[in-house]
Amino acid sequence: MLSSQSGAPGSQEFAVIARGVEKSFGALKVLQGVDLTVGYGKVACILGPSGSGKSTFLRCMNHLERIDKGFLHVGGKLVGYREHAGKLYEMRPNEVARQRADIGMVFQSFNLFPHMTVLQNIIEAPIGVKKLSKAEAIEDARRLLAKVGLTDKADAYPRTLSGGQQQRVAIARALAMRPKLMLFDEPTSALDPELVGEVLTVMRDLAAEGMTMIVVTHELGFAREVGDMVVFMDGGVVVEQGSPSELFTNTKTGRAKAFLSKVL
Amino acid sequence: MTQVLNWPASHDVEKMPVVPLKYYGRWIAAAVLLIVIGGLVTSMITNPRFKWEIVAQYLFNEEILSGLLATIWLTLAAMAIGIVLGTGIALMRISENRVLTSIASGYLWLFRGTPLLVQLIFWYNLSALYPQITVGFPFGPSLGSFDANRFITVYVAALLGLGLNEGAYMSEIVRSGLNSVPVGQREAAEALGMSRFRVMARIILPQAMRVIIPPTGNQLIGMLKTTSLVSVIAMQELLYSAQLIYTANFQTIPLLIVASIWYLALTTVLSIGQYFVERHFGKSDRRSDATPQAEVEDPNHSARSA
Repeated sequence: MLSSQSGAPGSQEFAVIARGVEKSFGALKVLQGVDLTVGYGKVACILGPSGSGKSTFLRCMNHLERIDKGFLHVGGKLVGYREHAGKLYEMRPNEVARQRADIGMVFQSFNLFPHMTVLQNIIEAPIGVKKLSKAEAIEDARRLLAKVGLTDKADAYPRTLSGGQQQRVAIARALAMRPKLMLFDEPTSALDPELVGEVLTVMRDLAAEGMTMIVVTHELGFAREVGDMVVFMDGGVVVEQGSPSELFTNTKTGRAKAFLSKVL
Repeated sequence: MTQVLNWPASHDVEKMPVVPLKYYGRWIAAAVLLIVIGGLVTSMITNPRFKWEIVAQYLFNEEILSGLLATIWLTLAAMAIGIVLGTGIALMRISENRVLTSIASGYLWLFRGTPLLVQLIFWYNLSALYPQITVGFPFGPSLGSFDANRFITVYVAALLGLGLNEGAYMSEIVRSGLNSVPVGQREAAEALGMSRFRVMARIILPQAMRVIIPPTGNQLIGMLKTTSLVSVIAMQELLYSAQLIYTANFQTIPLLIVASIWYLALTTVLSIGQYFVERHFGKSDRRSDATPQAEVEDPNHSARSA
């Protein structure tokens, strides 16, 4: 905690600072030097064709993938490394876990725990990791379920819920850890079209409350309406970024233009 | 493309009687088997050489019951060793450390690749290899040594033989169970900040259980019968107790029937237990207590675009 707060200048003021982040899977270099800065309270939407590295970059932010090169500060801390006496030490698994507790993540495939009820899904980490009392965790969970509009589903098992409901539970589960930052990895891509809206509504409310969010998405409407900044990635780098109005109406790079013309 | 059916209006289908299809083949097969089984049962009852009165006489014989008790504890203890060891070896096999995976594979290769009977006799004769067993550090101080002949009793040899062998088979069962849990489950749990131990104990293992339990039940029932092998190293379990009696009174068949009746009784109890354990770990799959809701989607298809 102490030493890891140093590092990049101004790392305290930003939720995410990435400098030259590189990541390879075997011979395939997925991230080729990503630079990105996202301030607290902002919503950043990452767009780009599949294979552009946007999901991998998101997964690097909570160390689900280890970066090969570059620097990645999340919440003012270096992801996965501890700085000490001029050297970077790889964190032990439990230190990584502690770091992740402040970062919520929502997956494309929901990944609810199928052997637990909705309520158990939500209270599992607050009790086990944050050491909340069970009563406190349940109270929290019920409040969050009300927020995502699923009060009556507390005792249902995930497989009895629709995709949209499952994703809303997944959001509630991530929020139960009271994260400073929420990462969304294509949260609506696995949903039937008519279920996309309910999940986006929950995310819109969350953004309105001032939550810092990084959203990898194909929902251009959401990016335009809710995003404070839009980041276009291709070929493992950030090609273009700016406010939605800038990026959508005054697209500079050819690659972003080509992509937007295909999906709009 | 709607096809116009030539529907005879005069035929009132709703009022016609329905004639079910007759399965003559099945009925004949059933009848033949019933006749065969009936013949066998009749012969078992009427053939005086089965000596049912001797079966009845020895069913609750004191030596048989103490052998039964030995079989039960040996089964449970060997299975417990097998499960603990198997879990450890399974975790080693999925480790990212090459040395650990190699050692685990080597263990599996050795214990699955040699007959259990050979292993039992080997452990029983371990004192021929190591007359003195010394506990201590390699090249370091010794913590004491004892006589292998006294330490490796039939009980220890039986437990070692059955437990170590079972560990190899259980490790494959546990590993397949762990592998059956989608990667997304581990990632979701880790993303919530859970420690690796907690992820394993609360998320992965409970889900793996559904895959692990049915074959483990089979292994347990198999183990119950495999314990009869230790009769070769003269441990007094159920079969050996029966053998001791029939070598004295030459009533071989009746005493084997006595032993079989007890084996059947125990496997029946275990099968019933297995049913309830499986039901417990499959409870999230049951739809009965669920609210009638939308379509079921596979929550864990691991589609992930980069």
